Amino acid sequence: MIAFISSLVPEDIAAHAPALLVALPMLMAPLAAFMPNGRLAWILSILATAASLVMAITLLSQVRSIEGGAVISYAMGGWAPDAGIEFRIDALNSMVLLLVTTIGFLAAIFSWPSVKAEIRDAKRAMFYAAYLVCFTGLTGVASTGDAFNLFVFLEISSIATYVLVALGATRDRRALPAAGNYLLMGTIGASFFVVGVGFLYAATGTLNMAELAVRLQDVPDNKAVLAGYAFIVVGLGIKAAMFPLHQWLPNAYAYSPSFVTMFLAATATKVAIYALVRFLFTVFGLEFSFEGSTLIWILMPMGIAAMVACSFQAVFQTDVRRTLAYSSVAQVGYMLLGVSIGTAAGVSAGMFHLVNHALIKGALFMSLAGVVLTYQGTTLNDFKGLGRSAPWTMTAFAIGAVSLIGVPLTAGFQSKYALVTALFEHGWWWAVAVVMFASLLAVVYMGRILEAVFFRAPSNPNKRRQEAPMLILIPLWVLALGNIWVGVQGGFVAGLADDAAAALFIGGAP
Amino acid sequence: MSGELAIIAALVLPILICFGIWLAGRVPDLREGVTLVGAAALFVVAIIIAVKVSAGEAVELNLGEAVPGLEFAFRAEPLGALFALVASGLWIVNSFYSIGYMRGNRERNQTRFYMCFAIALLGAMGVAMSANLFTLFVFYEILTLSTYPLVAHKGDANAQRGARIYLMTLLGTSIGFLLVAIIWTGALAGSLDFVPGGLLQQAEGLTPIVASTLLILFAFGVGKAALMPFHFWLPNAMVAPTPVSALLHAVAVVKAGVFTILKISIYIFGEEILNATASREFILGVACFTIVVASLVAMTKDNLKARLAYSTVAQLAYVTCGAMLADPAGFMGGSLQIAAHAVGKITLFMCAGAIYVATGAQNISDMRGLGKRMPLIFIAFFVASLSIIGIPPLAGDWPKYELMQGAADGGMDYVPYVLIVSSLLNIAYLLPIPILALMPPPGSGEPAPYKRPGGAPMLTVAAPCFTALLCFLMFFTIGPISKFLEPATGERIPAVYMTGGEP
Repeated sequence: MIAFISSLVPEDIAAHAPALLVALPMLMAPLAAFMPNGRLAWILSILATAASLVMAITLLSQVRSIEGGAVISYAMGGWAPDAGIEFRIDALNSMVLLLVTTIGFLAAIFSWPSVKAEIRDAKRAMFYAAYLVCFTGLTGVASTGDAFNLFVFLEISSIATYVLVALGATRDRRALPAAGNYLLMGTIGASFFVVGVGFLYAATGTLNMAELAVRLQDVPDNKAVLAGYAFIVVGLGIKAAMFPLHQWLPNAYAYSPSFVTMFLAATATKVAIYALVRFLFTVFGLEFSFEGSTLIWILMPMGIAAMVACSFQAVFQTDVRRTLAYSSVAQVGYMLLGVSIGTAAGVSAGMFHLVNHALIKGALFMSLAGVVLTYQGTTLNDFKGLGRSAPWTMTAFAIGAVSLIGVPLTAGFQSKYALVTALFEHGWWWAVAVVMFASLLAVVYMGRILEAVFFRAPSNPNKRRQEAPMLILIPLWVLALGNIWVGVQGGFVAGLADDAAAALFIGGAP
Repeated sequence: MSGELAIIAALVLPILICFGIWLAGRVPDLREGVTLVGAAALFVVAIIIAVKVSAGEAVELNLGEAVPGLEFAFRAEPLGALFALVASGLWIVNSFYSIGYMRGNRERNQTRFYMCFAIALLGAMGVAMSANLFTLFVFYEILTLSTYPLVAHKGDANAQRGARIYLMTLLGTSIGFLLVAIIWTGALAGSLDFVPGGLLQQAEGLTPIVASTLLILFAFGVGKAALMPFHFWLPNAMVAPTPVSALLHAVAVVKAGVFTILKISIYIFGEEILNATASREFILGVACFTIVVASLVAMTKDNLKARLAYSTVAQLAYVTCGAMLADPAGFMGGSLQIAAHAVGKITLFMCAGAIYVATGAQNISDMRGLGKRMPLIFIAFFVASLSIIGIPPLAGDWPKYELMQGAADGGMDYVPYVLIVSSLLNIAYLLPIPILALMPPPGSGEPAPYKRPGGAPMLTVAAPCFTALLCFLMFFTIGPISKFLEPATGERIPAVYMTGGEP
């Protein structure tokens, strides 16, 4: 299918795919803002994200055209790299781009019923504009090969996100402090990152990530580099909701509009983790990251702490949104743990879980949006008996839930399996125990919800039977079936993750 | 029918049955017809597979890889074929019984009930046929998840509590221990296949400590085998309707558990490595402890189903015990126990259900003198009790015999005593029930009248009588059965075997 879709794209356009992928939604964003009504803006955003998706598929097929993965370098505006900005796509980028654009496209389709219910009419066009800007930022982060440019895109996406989160105020006023908190933390993170990049620039005189990687080899013991390294890891750690820098996340997820929650949960932290991995492995190089012991003394303990602590917090939430939000932080822990192993198998497992978790949380938050739409409530109490009144929505929710737990035949199982195998091969037996313990906590917190959904009597039996609208159900089921597809035929995604890890270890790309 | 097709049929039939039940949900007679015809067809398929296996034909199916290294592959071997045969065969009997019970009791949600039953059978078939640990694990979990709604069937607070304990224990042990052990095995041996002689022989760097840890993880990870201290889900699962307890908690689910233990002992560890693994004796001790303690607990229970549940816990530990003896006679005893205990215990449960439908009585103390009203039920109960105790000429005799043989061969001197004590305890907690019912001591009052006019439905009486008869027949067919199993368990020591009669 990938080959078929990319064969439809004309050669001239395919050659500019890296630029178009980011530029198209960026150009559509102001257009959307000027649309006379929200519906047109919605259609525009579907078109923009669809175009990006096609570009991402084209890039993926270009990267995969060579055994081991090609590296596509694209000089923005024809300015040669180092002076100009370079977009550089390898196996890792193309995977993340495919993920972000796929989720972005599905999210755009599903958004309308939810946005119509939660956002006031006058603000809808602006809302979609902000969404496209956010989407632009995320794809930009995932494709650029320039450290400062990465910061710019990171800020583009973040600023748009603050707006999107704050728009949840129509539904729940607590969205405003949540957005404020997020703004504060996000800005600190971005500032740390840009300070770090500044240190690197001072030490090496370049901002191009590939070039940085080469020049950093010559200045290993430079204190400025070390300081830059620390700033970058913390800065990106905040963006990625790395424990204990995750405090902004639960509230932001819980109070923003349902659609925003779904989109952010499936993409934003993933892109930040991508950036973190990119800096750790490609820019600084494995040796540097290991010698500084960052992987073992920072990423791994933080990952483990997230898995345990946030899973516990998830158990004690009464609001399903917050349960899922805490679970997201915990899942970030799994990815970081995989990455921190520092072997190809470990990084591959982390990346595999990154994709799968996007599928899982996408499906879960989408069905949650359906529930918000029809029942106006997200507490555990509201979920009672929903299995009878909204079987399709809730079956998809259940698929996401069992995938999150890691039941066989679902995506979550495959990536946890890969992660545990990597841990065993590396000899971290005790970490296996923690992974399993955290999985059991997932059984508890998701099991509680599932039990309420399928085995409890509705708390308010007067509410009539109501399924989520088709516009929600279709993308929802695409994601839910995606979970099963990866669980049964996971070769494609596992292959992407393997290639991505391999690209990091060859160290060819930016 | 080729071997591949037979396995496909064994896996697809339950799905089709489930679908058919759903379609026919509004017409109960048609719905039950689907179940019965489907169960019969599944049994025929199981027979075909067993015949092929005994003829030495390869019965294999490979559905491809989920991700590299994790294959969906199926291969029937004697042990699995026997388990499939027992599960599908008793499903037919149990379906007749279910019809009588569910209608006699006017239970709600019967369509869901029968659908989940079909899926549970899919799980059992998959476990029986799986060619590697991954496939086995997948179907093991299907079995867990599909039986959860059955346990929670009544829907009241008590049923929900029981079902939650059921699910959490089984999922918890399987994810927490079994899955870890599986992945560890994969990392050590580079494969998850069941290999005759033991997969772990290929493993590099298998130290005794690692092997011991693995064995402990496996033994406790298979929560369905109900080894103490992970046995408590079984008594809690007794909130389920009796047909569920009868087929699933005496046959399919628990037997899938002990079957997994046997399979891991024979095909993952293999006799040689198992013998060299120190924790084997620890697990053997735990199994013996479970046998005695569960029997003791059973004596204290007045609720009939609870007593039977603890009896099941004890009897399941026989199989674990046989597996941990790690010699051909022990494996054989464990395998025979899967079949022999299945027919015995399903009879007991079906009797308990018939009594409940007719009189509403659940406690043993209320059953005095009831045998006058329900003689057939209590005679069937009596026969099955004798089989569980292990008295010839009933099926339950042979596994005990083989286990003792295995213990003697392996030099485990204390195991025969445990088995003897267990038999005595069985007598103490099982036999008084039918005896007091059939021959109440003079002066005891008349039993309470039937709650349901007409007493137990005919089907709920016929089914246990039939399985009681099976206990009797199986005693005489044990020769062919053990011949059939021999390729899996290995040849027993001939000298003892010759003098030991013809099992």
